Amino acid sequence: MRLDIEPRAEVSKLAQILSPVLAVFVAVGIGGLIVLALGKSPVQALFVYFIDPLSQSWTLQELAIKGTPLVLIASGLVYCFRSNLWNIGAEGQFTVGAIVGCILPLATHGMDAGPWVIVLALIMGAIGGALYALIPAMLKVWFGVSEILTSLMLVYVAQLGLDYLVRGPWRDPKGFNFPQSVVFEPGATLPNLMSDGRLHAGIILALIVVGISWFVLTRTLFGFGIRVSGAAPKAARFAGFNAKRMVVFAFLISGGLAGLAGIVEVTGQIGQLQPSISPGYGFTAITVAFLGRLHPVGLVLGAFIVSLTVIGGESAQIAMKLPLDLTTVFQGVLLMCVLAADCFSTYRVRIVSGGAR
Amino acid sequence: MDFAAAIMITVITATTPLLIAALGELVVEKSGVLNLGIEGMMATGAACGFAAAILTGSTFVGVAAAIMAGMALSAVFAFLVLGLAANQVASGLALTIGGIGLSGLIGAGFVGTTRQPVPRFEFPDLSAVELLKDFPYISEIAGVLQFVFGQDPFVYVSLVLAGGIFWFLGRSRAGLLLKAIGENQVSAHSLGLKVVWTRFLAILFGGACAGLAGAYLSLVYTPFWSPGMTAGRGWIALALVVFASWRPVRLLFGAYFFGAATVLQLHAQAASLGIPAQLLSAFPYIATIIALVIMSVGRTSIGAPASLGTPFVPDR
Repeated sequence: MRLDIEPRAEVSKLAQILSPVLAVFVAVGIGGLIVLALGKSPVQALFVYFIDPLSQSWTLQELAIKGTPLVLIASGLVYCFRSNLWNIGAEGQFTVGAIVGCILPLATHGMDAGPWVIVLALIMGAIGGALYALIPAMLKVWFGVSEILTSLMLVYVAQLGLDYLVRGPWRDPKGFNFPQSVVFEPGATLPNLMSDGRLHAGIILALIVVGISWFVLTRTLFGFGIRVSGAAPKAARFAGFNAKRMVVFAFLISGGLAGLAGIVEVTGQIGQLQPSISPGYGFTAITVAFLGRLHPVGLVLGAFIVSLTVIGGESAQIAMKLPLDLTTVFQGVLLMCVLAADCFSTYRVRIVSGGAR
Repeated sequence: MDFAAAIMITVITATTPLLIAALGELVVEKSGVLNLGIEGMMATGAACGFAAAILTGSTFVGVAAAIMAGMALSAVFAFLVLGLAANQVASGLALTIGGIGLSGLIGAGFVGTTRQPVPRFEFPDLSAVELLKDFPYISEIAGVLQFVFGQDPFVYVSLVLAGGIFWFLGRSRAGLLLKAIGENQVSAHSLGLKVVWTRFLAILFGGACAGLAGAYLSLVYTPFWSPGMTAGRGWIALALVVFASWRPVRLLFGAYFFGAATVLQLHAQAASLGIPAQLLSAFPYIATIIALVIMSVGRTSIGAPASLGTPFVPDR
């Protein structure tokens, strides 16, 4: 018995839209089996993970809060992945964005400086993330070093840098020796959108980014260049797109949005710097980007599904004593299913009886 | 046992897991497949190995379980990238994400449990033997012998593995075919070589090595299980393969060089030189980046197999 694949002459639009949906169903099925193996009820888990979070106002808000950094990071990753660049260090760019963005809120603490602080903080955060992403980009352009390993290594460096800052120079002197910075002043935080909840203005920012990103990728020459340089590098070269410049721009955008996500998370959600500011958003966003089929709008749906599992995972830990790591496993399985489903839409897959190839 | 020998032993224990995992990945990449899932397979190997060793009380069963776990995960990866021609980078990342989660599921029940590390071999102390007692330099010779023959079994496995892979890739027919497939999959296929089947076996071997490396961490190195204990070693193993320009002997030296650098950093932390601990902890990662840059400067080709990372869909 063997598996035969051959490219389809034409890839139908419908198949492209349906394949991630199919992937989600298969992944949920596999997740159910894992829950069963852990000795719990898959039906109950299905409700806790996917239905309960949609039933209450505060859980819906939490959904948007978790989705915000994922949408922002994934929006940037799309530029890299579309042009066949593998920036897997978004987690590091997120962290550096948070660090650089916090310089001003911390420097102006106690001055009652006003809302210009948050505006500048967001800009600085984005710049910080972009510059951090420039490291793997320039190493690739100048020396041909694989961006995969360098961007990933820089994640650890960024996290250790944050750890140093909140335990050292930026530790709150009145914080009973806890490794955390001072709590930001109101002028240095993102405003809340609801009177009775935690939803902050970051979600609006994320949706604006999605809109701009859709326009850039589908309606501008630059977006066309990104898409061509991934799908057909030779054609892109003949068309006059400078490959090196594409690398730099893709990484700048990707890092900038990850950095923006970092400072949004810190000023909107957490309100101060801590040793750990992310449950792995930078890696989860990779799943989100692929689940959205690397489409600037599709990834919003991807972020919705993935944040659902994050919220669901937290309540399942309390309600069903299911370990939090189950969510991570599910995200891995989901990404695998999305990649597999992609194959079914671009190739014809047949099982042929007979010898192995 | 003097101070130098003690440091060298810590270098060996820091190197061995990197070496084992990197050797496995070397074979995988030589066949033309890039598996970024080492970190995930190592994590799952560490958790499965520790769990099995605690439950059965047998180190051997633990090691076997870790190897099986690594192979099982790599088989999933193989199904995606060989069976369905899925993107190798993304599939490898999925494997890492899923594997790290899985290690948490398996290991959660064993946090806080410790067990005796796998013992080192005991070499008989010659200086205590009546006949040899007055032989000149006998205690030094005994020390050297104890050092050479007195490491834990994994160390010798890793060295035999390095030698075996050197022979396999450089001298054996099967190894040459594997390299041919990695260099040009289309030609290899036209010549009737079994591209998919060879790569499948290579991926399984890589998974077994990653699982074994994970078992080393939880059964010898620490010896306990804690979340995130692989701490990026899988990624460093990947970097080592590039650093060694896909050559086994260079990989052996590269791994030991890297292990020594890590140990140096640990000693610097202990000596509290006034350098922030975080900066020293970041050293292995920064060193990896610098090593990769040095490797690439002024070269057009760094020795990567030509078909590395490209999915294979045969024409018919």
